[in-house]
Amino acid sequence: MTLTTQARPPAARRRPSGFARMRTDGSLTALILFLPPAVLLFTLFVIWPIFSAMDLSFYKWNGYGDVTNFVGLRNYEILVKNSIFHQSLFNSLKLLLASIFLQIPLALVLALLLYRKTSANTAFRLIFFAPYILAEIATGLIWSFIFDGDYGISAMVANKLGTEPFYILADKQWAFWTIIIVVVWKYFGYHMMIFIAALQAVPSDLVEAAEIDGASSLKTIWYVKLPMIMHAVKLSVLFAITGALQVFDIIIPLTNGGPSNSTHSIVSFLYTFGLARMNVGFGAAVGVVLFALCVGTAFTYKRMAIDKGGQL
Amino acid sequence: MKRTKLFPQLMRAAFLSFVAALVILPLLATFLGGFKTLGELRAAPFGIPSEWSFTVFVDILTGSAFWTYLRNSLIISLSAVVLTVLCASMAAYVFAQIRFFGSRYLQSYMLLGMMFPFATAIVPLFFQINRFGLLDNPLGIILPQTAFSMAFAVVLLRSFFQQLPKELFEAAYVDGCGYVGFFFRFTLPLSTPILATVGTFVFVQSWNNYLLPLVVLNEQSLFTWPLGIMQFRGEFIVEWNRILAFVSLTILPALIFFTFTQKYIVAGLTRGSVKG
Repeated sequence: MTLTTQARPPAARRRPSGFARMRTDGSLTALILFLPPAVLLFTLFVIWPIFSAMDLSFYKWNGYGDVTNFVGLRNYEILVKNSIFHQSLFNSLKLLLASIFLQIPLALVLALLLYRKTSANTAFRLIFFAPYILAEIATGLIWSFIFDGDYGISAMVANKLGTEPFYILADKQWAFWTIIIVVVWKYFGYHMMIFIAALQAVPSDLVEAAEIDGASSLKTIWYVKLPMIMHAVKLSVLFAITGALQVFDIIIPLTNGGPSNSTHSIVSFLYTFGLARMNVGFGAAVGVVLFALCVGTAFTYKRMAIDKGGQL
Repeated sequence: MKRTKLFPQLMRAAFLSFVAALVILPLLATFLGGFKTLGELRAAPFGIPSEWSFTVFVDILTGSAFWTYLRNSLIISLSAVVLTVLCASMAAYVFAQIRFFGSRYLQSYMLLGMMFPFATAIVPLFFQINRFGLLDNPLGIILPQTAFSMAFAVVLLRSFFQQLPKELFEAAYVDGCGYVGFFFRFTLPLSTPILATVGTFVFVQSWNNYLLPLVVLNEQSLFTWPLGIMQFRGEFIVEWNRILAFVSLTILPALIFFTFTQKYIVAGLTRGSVKG
């Protein structure tokens, strides 16, 4: 029985993954050729900048010459006291709430209506998902036309009623609502798709059993379907959190952070007050805070909601 | 359940049509807007143009700026796709196929990239790109973009590669095919669906990206289309019909592309969400 020993690949042999083995079986060559490009690019353009941001945030620097003006936590102090920054944090919170109370329920209802595979359903899905594919910049421009007091909806209404048009984008109280509307408009289809995929994975005999037992369709949804897709809903909320923290492209064409800096997101705040004005240390500090918020909320949320559920 | 009552069915259709109208109307207004005169646009923003005027479209399509922006975007996006798919699939192959010391740590390290948006590091990223002399250079966008797509791409590809039958490698190994050869001759050709998914995702992301080109590019001849469109809006701030025509022309290819590739986009989305 020499056959059995002759031609077994090393991977199948239960030997420790030692260096000597890797040299002989040729996997070392693959390792040396294949791994460095990805790891190197990732380190240079993702990991290095984030550590560099932590370092730069302790300096005051305008981008020219050497970085020497060490100011300790001064940038963070300024940031914590900055009322525009408070507003941008608050704006992210508003977006998150809109997402949880408007966008995700809407997406859920639509998913429940559309998850079965029929051609009409596919057409509706395609329509609802289309805004997700549009560039944020184009979306913002389209809606800045719709909301323009001289052209879009408001002009139309004003024409009909013979009243003065309402410049909502320039209205401090209402401008952020436009951003909420546009964000809901753009991303509800995305959440819907996640829910549809989850609903299609629900075993159909489970649903049928409930129906045979005489459960109404509302009860089937509440007691069978929703619990079965809870993990997808939780994940959707996670995406909504990280999404709300990093809105930028939509805000620039719509309000550009105005009027009087009332509609900034954290990223547009970072761009406007850190990068565009070359307050490098300050911008880096905003970046670090954003990083901490993203990683922190993602971790806590995952621990609290997702891991406990044990669905993933 | 299967008996369909008329009233709920009607309600359902009405609700779906209403939401669909909310999605379609702004897009329709955009497409029609370019054909209207300014006066008409002001009077009837959502109506069918009474007289179809093609002048703004002709202006844009015969000018050079539009084509330059589109070409720049295409070059950058395609390069990012090729580079990401190549680097990520090589790395994912190593993680899936070869057991080596530190493999776990390295994978967790790469996973870090999925946790934060690149806006967090945009300030130092700017100086990093500057240090490499890549400001006002397409590579200054392609390389960071590739790096930021890497984590997600590696995760998707690795889980796919792991599902390929092990016997295949064993058989090929016996026939004298090495690790490197197996990757190019078997792994890649067998993985076209997932490669397409990753590729489409990276393409859409890169094509739509605004912040990175905004920071890296200063030279107008290098602008990608999102920068170009904002530049265009700056020039024609009150001529909404021009801006809408420009928007239409740029989102049309995206929407067509999407109808053909939505299968892959949705696949990437749901795969990513199932995997967490």
